[in-house]
Parts: sequence; structure tokens; C-alpha cells
Amino acid sequence: MDHSATTATDPAVTEAMLPYFSEKYGNPSSLYTIGRQARRAIEEARQLVADLIGAKKEEIIFTGSGTESDNLAIKGSALRNRGKGDHIITSSIEHHAVLHTCKYLEKNGFKVTYLPVSKDGIVNPADVEKAITPQTILITIMHANNEIGTIQPIEEIGKIAKEKQITFHTDAVQTAGKIPVNVDALGVSMLSVSAHKIYGPKGVGALYLRKGTAIEPQLHGGGHERNIRSSTENVPGIVGFGKASELAKERLPNESNLTALRDSLIKGVLEIEDSYLNGHPAKRLPNNANFRFSFIEGESMILNLDMKGVAASTGSACSSTSLEPSHVLMAIGLRPEEAHGSLRLTLGRENTQEDVDYVISVLPDIVNKLRMISPLSR
Amino acid sequence: MTEGYSEKVMDHFANPRNVGEIKDADGIGKVGNPVCGDVMWIYIKVKDNILEDVKFKTFGCGAAIATSSMITELAKGKTLEEGLKISRGNVAEALDGLPQVKLHCSNLAADGLHAAIKDYLEKTGKKLP
Repeated sequence: MDHSATTATDPAVTEAMLPYFSEKYGNPSSLYTIGRQARRAIEEARQLVADLIGAKKEEIIFTGSGTESDNLAIKGSALRNRGKGDHIITSSIEHHAVLHTCKYLEKNGFKVTYLPVSKDGIVNPADVEKAITPQTILITIMHANNEIGTIQPIEEIGKIAKEKQITFHTDAVQTAGKIPVNVDALGVSMLSVSAHKIYGPKGVGALYLRKGTAIEPQLHGGGHERNIRSSTENVPGIVGFGKASELAKERLPNESNLTALRDSLIKGVLEIEDSYLNGHPAKRLPNNANFRFSFIEGESMILNLDMKGVAASTGSACSSTSLEPSHVLMAIGLRPEEAHGSLRLTLGRENTQEDVDYVISVLPDIVNKLRMISPLSR
Repeated sequence: MTEGYSEKVMDHFANPRNVGEIKDADGIGKVGNPVCGDVMWIYIKVKDNILEDVKFKTFGCGAAIATSSMITELAKGKTLEEGLKISRGNVAEALDGLPQVKLHCSNLAADGLHAAIKDYLEKTGKKLP
């Protein structure tokens, strides 16, 4: 139950990719037959990715990951618009791909406003409006948070950005294929997506770049992807991303079924004493549940769940290479010791009510066992 | 990060030895901080300068629980002097190593034992021979 970390590549996706390794292995830039085959396959995939987010084919730039898409959007836009201003607005709960990119730009002379969020983990559009200065050149706010699943009011922020004519980027890595994503409805000029979160392969992402939005390339070379992202195209990966997007679009109506499963999970887990839900009860991804348990630590829970065959994740510092607990959990006002006790369960296509019931049946014993060991318990 | 946990660490984590309080403990060592995600309480019972019983309670990650469990095994039956000589490195070694990131933050068990022994010495006014 860790589908927000990654998903298994759909067998239909793998099958679509296979011919492009050893058989149709051509370089899409080559003029002969297998080169042209590869070119055609990429352009078909581009259309499929565009269809998933309501974009035009020409507005899709393939990249190597969601992280790269975020880097390209933010650095590319900031550098391009340096002459107009030096101020960027983002939120305090962004993915590190956005947050660390903003910190990097700060070190290089840009000014960044990190907006706070409510206790539920939602950005207030009025705060965005207030933060805008004549120097503001970019707003980047994620569509949904990867840890606590909260869905941000992107449409409202999009309207503000449009009115003030400021470039607006959103990281939609967690939302594409899970909830409807339409670049026009959201009012964004740039949007990042990743294949491996939607049952596609790892190592391929895309940046939606609205016609008329100018950015500086971050990889210079042979001029691939409309001179914005040079690199010989990852043909099998891109083909897989196309197929995964096609399937995600078809299956989107089923994804909302996960809401019922999620709510059943939340209800069952909250039966445990001194347990709490992190994030907004309703404005959250259909597959995301994030809890915290008093007196115990997240990594210990994850290891115990793993011994019971359940994969999960935590915002505890003890599960990361840093010594800080999750910045997202701190931003919603939790104390560090509360953040250490967090547990994220994210559902996917293959999860059933039985899986949910199983977790609800094994978790209380794990929590109790750890509380017995803990000196903090009552 | 679970990557890099040895089988011994996982064994002590899954089946921790000597969990619990000692009601009439002769010394208690409390180390760590909930803000950092690790808190260890080590309880000792001393008889004739020997660590007769050692128990623990720990809030923390896999490494924190495993090192606590291990220190109780290493310390039991040892003299107080020997107990004070058990180092963080000894604990990590006895567990067939710990991941690099855990060596500092979660490897507090030796400190906990030393604190418990010092607590005992202070309470009784005894000095080590």
C-alpha cells in the first residue's frame, strides 16, 4: 500500500514498450525506416499524454522524470524571465523537487516566498494574491501533496496568476490519472507529470508547456524536444508513458472507487486509540491515507508492517537520510515527535477491500507492541 | 532507512530482549529526545557490583530498538566497570553493524547504560574500586 511511491508497470505497457528495445531500436532523428518508426511512436505517445491532461500534442516535452520536469519548469522559467523580476512564490509543502530547486535559485539571487498552509494542509489562494509583487515572475504550487494527499485550489490560483499575467506551474505527479487533470480548467502554464506513478515505466516524465510560455532549456545539445530538452529520446520509455496515459484515461472513472476503499481504511485505522488523520478529510487524493499514532515512531511501524507483508511509508526522520522529520507534517503544525509517528498508506488499482481489512486487522497489534516498548506511553 | 539492517538487527527489533521496567530499579538512565525521534530508558538492578538485571523501554526506529535490546544482553552479568566500558561501537559491532545514518542518532544504548550506572553510583554514594 505504497502506490504514491511507485506502481507496477502494467503488462499492457510493458508489451507496448518491448518492440522498441531490440527490434524497432532506431534513433528518432535518423531518416531511415527504423528511425522513422521510432519518431512516429514518440509522436503517438505525445498525443496520448496530451490527451490525459487536456493539452495539445505540441505542448508536451518529454523528460527523464517528474523531478526533471519540475527543475526544467522552475529554473527554465526563472532564468528566462530574470529581466522582468526575481521573485518566485511556492508553498511550504512542495515536493523536494520543487522546494530544493527554489532553494537553489535563492542561493543564486532569486527571492522565494514559501506560503504556509492550513492545519489541513491547504494553501489559501488569498495568500498567493497577497504575496505577489511587481517582481513576481513565477508561481509554483503542487496539485496534490504526495504525503498527506491534500488537493490544492489550483483553479483559483490559476485565475489569480492569469489576471496578474504571471507564469504558473503545478506539479501534478500525484494527480494525473487519479483525479481529472485539465490544463485549461486549472489555468496553468506548466504542469509536471511522471510515468511510473500511473503504472508506466520509471525514468520518463513530461512537462506540459503552454503555447507562448517561454523557458530556457536546462540540457543543451542536439536540439531535441523543440530545443528545450536535448537528449536522444528514451523511445521505449516514452512509448510506455503513452500507453500508461491511455490506460489511465480509460480507467479514471474507476479511480474514484478508491475513495470508498480509502474511507473504509481511515475509519478502521482510527479505531485505534490515540490515532489521528493527517491532512484534509475530504479534499484529498482518492488513494491517500496518512495517520499519526502517539508514543511510537514511524520506521518501527513500517518494519513491522513489512514483516506482515504490507508496504507503507512514513514522514519520520528515521526513515530518511536527513535528521529532520517531514517538512510537510511540520508545515501543518505538528510537533516533531508527532511527525515521527506518521504512517502513509496509498492505495492502487490492485488493492481490494480484503487488503484494507487485513491492514486494519494487523495494525492494532503492531501499534500496541510498540507502545508496550515505548517509555512515552501512558 | 531499512536498507542495510543486518539480520541480527532485524532479529533484535522483531524479538526485543528484556523489554520493560524494573519496578525497584537501582539505577535508571534516560537518554535521547522525542524531538529527534529516539528516547531510551535503561533500568538496572545491581547486586555485589554486578549488573544482575537490565531492562529497557524505547521510542524510536528499528536501530534504536535493536541497540536497546542488544545492550541488555551485553550488560547482564557484567561488573559495573565492565558495563561502563561497553561502547557505542561495541553495540553496533554485536549487531553486525548499523547503517551509517543510524550510527549517531539511534545508537544511544551505551549512553543509556552508562547513565543508569552513574545514576546508581550517585544514589548509593558508592565509588568504583
